[in-house]
Amino acid sequence: MKRWTAIANVVAPLLAVVVSFLVGGLVVAAIGESPLRVYSILFRGAFGSVDAVGYVLFNAVPMVFAGLAVAFAFRGGLFNIGGEGQLYIGSFVCAWIALSLHGLPAPLLIPLLVLVSAAGGALWAALPGYLKARFGAHEVINTIMMNFIAIGLTGYLVVEVFKEAGQMTPQTAEIPVAAQLPRLAGALQSIGIPLPNANPLNASILVAFAAIWLAWFILYRTTLGYEIRAVGLNPKAAEYAGINIRRTTVMTMVLSGAFAGLVAVNEVMGFRHRFLDNFSSGIGFMGIAVALLGRNSPLGVLFAALLFGMLNTGALEIDVFTDVPRELILVVQAVTIILVVVGNELLQRRLGTRRTA
Amino acid sequence: MPEPRAVELRGVTKRYPRVTACDDVSLSVREGEIHAIVGENGAGKSTLMKLLYGLVRPDEGEIRLRGQTLRAHRPCDSIRLGLGMVHQHFMLIDPLTVAENVVLGSEPVRAGCLVDSKAAGEMVRELSDRYGLELDPDARIEDLSVGLEQRVEIVKVLFRGADVLILDEPTGVLTPHEVAELFVTLRLLKKSGHTIIFITHKLDEVLELADRVTVMRAGRVTGEVMASVTTKEELARMMVGRDVLLEVDRGESTPAEPVLEVSDLSALRRKGVAALDSVDLTVRAGEVLGIAGVQGNGQTELVEVLAGLRRPGSGSVRLCGEEIAGRTPRAVRDLGVAHVPEDRQERGLVLEFSLAENLVLGRHHRRPFSSVGLVSTKAVAAHADTLIAAHDIRPADASVAASNLSGGNQQKVIVAREFDGSPKLLIASQPTRGVDIGAIEFVHKSLIDMRDAGAAVLLVSAELSEIMSLSDRIAVMYRGRIVAEFDAGTVSEEELGLHMTGAAS
Repeated sequence: MKRWTAIANVVAPLLAVVVSFLVGGLVVAAIGESPLRVYSILFRGAFGSVDAVGYVLFNAVPMVFAGLAVAFAFRGGLFNIGGEGQLYIGSFVCAWIALSLHGLPAPLLIPLLVLVSAAGGALWAALPGYLKARFGAHEVINTIMMNFIAIGLTGYLVVEVFKEAGQMTPQTAEIPVAAQLPRLAGALQSIGIPLPNANPLNASILVAFAAIWLAWFILYRTTLGYEIRAVGLNPKAAEYAGINIRRTTVMTMVLSGAFAGLVAVNEVMGFRHRFLDNFSSGIGFMGIAVALLGRNSPLGVLFAALLFGMLNTGALEIDVFTDVPRELILVVQAVTIILVVVGNELLQRRLGTRRTA
Repeated sequence: MPEPRAVELRGVTKRYPRVTACDDVSLSVREGEIHAIVGENGAGKSTLMKLLYGLVRPDEGEIRLRGQTLRAHRPCDSIRLGLGMVHQHFMLIDPLTVAENVVLGSEPVRAGCLVDSKAAGEMVRELSDRYGLELDPDARIEDLSVGLEQRVEIVKVLFRGADVLILDEPTGVLTPHEVAELFVTLRLLKKSGHTIIFITHKLDEVLELADRVTVMRAGRVTGEVMASVTTKEELARMMVGRDVLLEVDRGESTPAEPVLEVSDLSALRRKGVAALDSVDLTVRAGEVLGIAGVQGNGQTELVEVLAGLRRPGSGSVRLCGEEIAGRTPRAVRDLGVAHVPEDRQERGLVLEFSLAENLVLGRHHRRPFSSVGLVSTKAVAAHADTLIAAHDIRPADASVAASNLSGGNQQKVIVAREFDGSPKLLIASQPTRGVDIGAIEFVHKSLIDMRDAGAAVLLVSAELSEIMSLSDRIAVMYRGRIVAEFDAGTVSEEELGLHMTGAAS
């Protein structure tokens, strides 16, 4: 039974990906292009060169953080749709603190900013968590509302208060060099991997790997994680076992929000080196898809994020070299998610044939 | 040429991916008899009936109804041929009336398209009167007791013209009184020529009601006997495959100091309805206090208050002299209260958790399972291996999810967990509900062992025989009050029954 579930967890999403590529192929054919040509361009765009692979990884990093946020909350029985708002707040406070702390050396400043980013997201998720725990107010509604507030608030702050002097773009000034994460091109070249200097892949990918491990460790190796999973699976049994459900609910949201806040590590510290108004355009929401495809497991999130990173990278090439609009990739992604969700249901019915008297 | 049997199954086999539910099963039910099928949970009784009724297809074998072979039949075919099934879980629509539920799907029609509710009511009343069911056709299902709902299910089947009735565990949800009434109805049905197949795991019922008994174990038929010439012991042996101790072997109790003292305890159900009304009781170390009562008379609420799961309205609960009323479940547990909850799947287990994880539930935060906020997987695994071996939990694999266990083994997991670590007070609520004979024997023996080891045991059960055989003292709950209290051996089952229904006061 255990092995069955494990196989199903891997095979079902893979199957969904394959079928959704077939459906995407039909769409391409309907447009009048050759599916084979479009897909070969897609894959060449994603894997055709070291530069391309670097872009795939770069695009996957924010997906990892956003996916972990959703997956972690799911484990605790909560649906955190507020990743978008949480990552805006995390990114903004990251830039703000970086700009405020001049003169701190990088070895001190960088870990501090990673924590600040996480804390910003955590704080933003804590409120809906508290409202859920204290009043039973549904976290789905409240996290969505918190998204609007976060986007509006950071937009106001960056336009009215923190705008870079003499610039039209609504963005903060550049953060100090000591707060910037190095790009990996140099390091990789020195070990013989010819990643071009212009490639934006940066050290935040190491933080992403650490976050995946941390999410797994918290869930499966800490007392809190045990309680989070118990509440998520069976709140009545958790209550019976003496678990404080309110506290656990708040903690689940806090940790979930912290993962979302870490998007700042790539976007602010690694790539833009500043906070830009409206920079995300839906990373937080893509996190829901990533978590679903990754079956809410930390390792699954990694693979799902890589797939999405690949699709997003290849999409550019499709746009440039074919008549197919890049939105095709959105179709493929959406069909994948639908198939995964439907597949989950079917599998549960199949495997759920419990022994009865 | 012998007369064809009402129902005949030959060599029926049904395999599921991981288990063969029915393995070469043959069954022969004679016209006009009450035929019991007994077996432990997971023995294949329900699957066999689903095969017969057409809910599930067999992989091999032949099914005959009155000599006619059924091939790939579905429930609607079964109904047409006069075979009806009363399911374990009722399939009724709550806001509709009794008559509407009965005729659903084959409504009498007037003026071409309108439901003739008057005719429907007449038909239901007529059937109800003939078999002594006392149903009001115009009552709404949501207002009926479980026993009456079951009668509606029976009328539904009769209304469709069934003369072979399958009843799947019909007594599991009934009070003793309702069981007696059901048996009257079933005997009336038999007298009027109906054939009844009756699935159960309660041996007393089999001997009282059935003409013939087929025993199943692990998907196979292990015997067919006449009820008049067999005994409980023989049936139990066929069911379990070994000799079973049906009566608990227990010595005299040696009660010591009071462990649990409840005085003047009251609590509200929702909407200002009192669930507990000035309850007083004491349980001493080394004794079993049994609480008898019809379900829904405050037992659930009493246990919840004691376990910290429900806030008391007023009154006091003391554990070894310390006031614990209103404390959190964790605080109560940490003081040495163990609790076997009445609903094991809803409260007692996290079904998706592994056995190892379930076996520390409630103590997961304490040493050696946790320290400085980290889980010691080693200690959790070692604990699981010890308990699994000591209590013969199957499968003996700590990494398997609890949902994959049979009901009896799930209960063993809870009992193993709660009885471990010498609790001062043990609250056992319906500890053997829906578990098989082997597990019942184990649970009963464990309870007495705990008592003899000096724990105070509070046993709440709807099974009078369980209360009678395990308790040193018996308290009866009725409408949220303790209405009577007896020493074991000084009261008969009948007398308890009277107190339980409020008839004695």
